[in-house]
Amino acid sequence: MRQGGKVTAKTVRLWYRIHKWTSLVCTAFLLMSCLTGLPLIFLDELEPLLEHRVPATAVPAGTPDANLDAMVAVAKARLPALRPLSISWDDDEPKISVNMSPTLAPKLGDIRSLVFDEHTGKMLEERPLGKGLGAKVFELHREIFLGLPGELLMGLMAVLFVTALVSGALVYGPFMRQLDFGTVRRSAQPRMRWFDLHNLVGIVTLSWGLVVGATGVMNALSTPLFGVWRAQTLPALIAPYYGRPMPQRLASIDASVARATKALPGMKIVSVVFPNDVLTSPRHYLVWMKGDAPVTSRLLTPAIIDAETGKLTVAKGLPWYLRALEVSRPLHFGDYGGMPLKIIWALFDIALIVVLISGLYLWLSRRKRPVESELNRLVHIEEISTGTSEARMPAR
Amino acid sequence: MSRTFSLRKVYGPVAWIGIVTLYGLLSALFGDGIWDELSWIALSIPLLVIAWKCGRSV
Repeated sequence: MRQGGKVTAKTVRLWYRIHKWTSLVCTAFLLMSCLTGLPLIFLDELEPLLEHRVPATAVPAGTPDANLDAMVAVAKARLPALRPLSISWDDDEPKISVNMSPTLAPKLGDIRSLVFDEHTGKMLEERPLGKGLGAKVFELHREIFLGLPGELLMGLMAVLFVTALVSGALVYGPFMRQLDFGTVRRSAQPRMRWFDLHNLVGIVTLSWGLVVGATGVMNALSTPLFGVWRAQTLPALIAPYYGRPMPQRLASIDASVARATKALPGMKIVSVVFPNDVLTSPRHYLVWMKGDAPVTSRLLTPAIIDAETGKLTVAKGLPWYLRALEVSRPLHFGDYGGMPLKIIWALFDIALIVVLISGLYLWLSRRKRPVESELNRLVHIEEISTGTSEARMPAR
Repeated sequence: MSRTFSLRKVYGPVAWIGIVTLYGLLSALFGDGIWDELSWIALSIPLLVIAWKCGRSV
């Protein structure tokens, strides 16, 4: 409701109410997100300090990889009660994990991971997945230990956060019409100081908050979005096998990986998912590959291999919504520009904590000096300056 | 009654900081090396604005 480019009092009140209520609902969740997010930024650096890791053997460049089928054989012999679920390649170190699971759709904590040296093929260590402190903090951050419902709830909180930022930016203008940008009145009463701090830090970190909030919403939707893709992709893949007996022997993993690498030249392998009745296809290996440029290294492409013959069924990029999700992921984590970017991310995170605490303070101290009266005063100024006076409020 | 700024004037610095921040966020995403360094510089600007404004508070 803008009249000739001017904002009316009614509109400002509406924005203010939206800002107040969306903020109030999501503040507790956001504080938790900020506090758990802070150590998560440095998880790659912290994890080796928290848990002992056996290092991989140093080898000259160009040393070929060890045999994957042999690693899986070792894993099966060591954990005969479990079945191989997937093989994953470490991002930073020459290590390969064979992930063993008791069921087809396990919880993270049920999976046991056998870590092998990528070049020597030697088993380095066995560790449970999702049991470490880092994994617990991540689980709290992502889904407050509630699984998919928690993930969706956090997504909703991220939507409220983005709404609070937008409405906050809209009330910022009318509130700041008599102040220089970034004024912090130290001499004033505490409430006014907190108000100035809330405005300054909030408006300066606005873009960062919007990006992290919006990518938080995207991340929260990743489970349902991948579910949509699976539901659209898998039935057509499995259809030709109806009525045919299950394969007695699975094709070589090394050969399947070689086949995937040939189908997607220039890409690096990320993981191999074993045939799985519940999560993927009971008839195929899913070989996930990624590019090696800054953007394409975020984009995963699946090569789907017939698990009986080892032949390529299809190797096609993911649909646009999953590509958008994958490219936007780093914008939530801040892990895409080295240590300086991580430190910057942590400082923005702390700035957001300041915005949350100051906002909470402003709300809790409202009885002493209702912000509504301040709003009325400002709206009055607004009306004088825009000439749209509807109600007469005494200027204080 | 003291001076009153136009909304354009109030949002001017906000828009500039927003553009610099978005550049910083995307620069490191789409490039490596020099693009990472430009990203660090760009993203330091809003943080320095906070430090500067808090430091010279009246």
